[in-house]
Amino acid sequence: MPLLSAEELRTRLGRDLPGAVLEAAPLQIVPPAHGSKGPFVTTDVLVEPTRLLDAALYLRDQVGYTYLSDIAVVDYLTDNLLEVVYRFYHLDGGPSLALKVRLPRENPELASLTPHWPGANFHEREAYDLYGVVFTGHPFLRRIYMWDEFEGFPMRKDFPKQGDKYIGAEE
Amino acid sequence: MTDTNKIQLDLEKQGVFMSTVNRFYNWGRRSSVWPMSFGLACCAIEMMAFGLSRYDVARFGAELFRASPRQADLMIVAGTVTKKMLPQVVRLYNQMAEPRYVLSMGACATSGGPFRDGYNVVRGVDLFIPVDVYIPGCPPRPEALLHALITLQEQIDNQKLGKVRWYGGGDRPQMQDFPIPEFGAKGLEIDGKLVDPVGGLPLVSPYTSPDRGEHKTGMLEHPEITRRFPIMDPTVELENALKARGVAPEIVANDLKRSEVPDATA
Repeated sequence: MPLLSAEELRTRLGRDLPGAVLEAAPLQIVPPAHGSKGPFVTTDVLVEPTRLLDAALYLRDQVGYTYLSDIAVVDYLTDNLLEVVYRFYHLDGGPSLALKVRLPRENPELASLTPHWPGANFHEREAYDLYGVVFTGHPFLRRIYMWDEFEGFPMRKDFPKQGDKYIGAEE
Repeated sequence: MTDTNKIQLDLEKQGVFMSTVNRFYNWGRRSSVWPMSFGLACCAIEMMAFGLSRYDVARFGAELFRASPRQADLMIVAGTVTKKMLPQVVRLYNQMAEPRYVLSMGACATSGGPFRDGYNVVRGVDLFIPVDVYIPGCPPRPEALLHALITLQEQIDNQKLGKVRWYGGGDRPQMQDFPIPEFGAKGLEIDGKLVDPVGGLPLVSPYTSPDRGEHKTGMLEHPEITRRFPIMDPTVELENALKARGVAPEIVANDLKRSEVPDATA
């Protein structure tokens, strides 16, 4: 069973793809979660956005983590960036490995993985629909959950709050 | 059952059946309420249990789930109605032949439920189609759905043929199709006007309980209160994810008012 840790992956990527791995700056989580000890520091591999495709193909072809399980987006509003998380599994089992990419919140743009992983199609459409991340090279990038006429990206943290839950809440 | 008097019942025991047209119609309608097989979310699982042998809705004549709205009398709105699904829900209701009834099953269909403050869920299906019976619960048990069906049958028993809303009678006659909302930039629109605003005011339905004499003011009702969620308040110390540290002030002050509840002291 493959048991590659994130640190080992980072050293391998740094050796074989020079310049692709970035040092992860700590992120603010506002309001702070219960039990949080200062800023959030990730241990996963942070990849330069333009080198994402290289890193993903390296992970698939050289390391053997072929199964792209999911694509998630996290909105760090105070740091003004979106973090896209790609999670890969090895088909022989074992824990997953993640590749993270940080993008600016204005005009986030990233290379699509759909030409290489057809299963990434709907994940990328969802990320586009709810967070507005544009995947260049995607064959059919349009909204998947919301209707086409909808304006805005509802899972972003600056999407307007709605509902009587927020009546009287101070801003 | 209305139109029932003692002579009639006595005669029925001896095999002589007398009836009024009204009672005969209502008997026929109440005894074969065919639901549409139409589920939207987890409530539909309970609706399936309600149709199968353990709860056995066939006892009440409503076991025939029809796959076509043209053949169905009852629409059980079983589950969360998203804004993207709502035009189809209204369209299916429009396609049903009269007499037609709607059960709003569960918290989501009735009010939006836990998703009420979200961006994608309709805040109650009664904003768009008339609902006859509401069922609380998340999800309601099959018994609750059976009770709603029996309640609906009682309502059907009370119908007067000349005053039914789809024949143009009553306070709020319904001779036309219900408008089908369209997708807009901010939400659902009817005639270019936003009908389910995302800005966050509770809405009062114009259609609620059309036959039950409920009067609607048309005013928006919302209490001006500040709500607090201590579990989301970082200043409250937590023992674990579900429990605040320390003792509640009511317990410290021995102010639970148990003695005022008669059952508690017995």
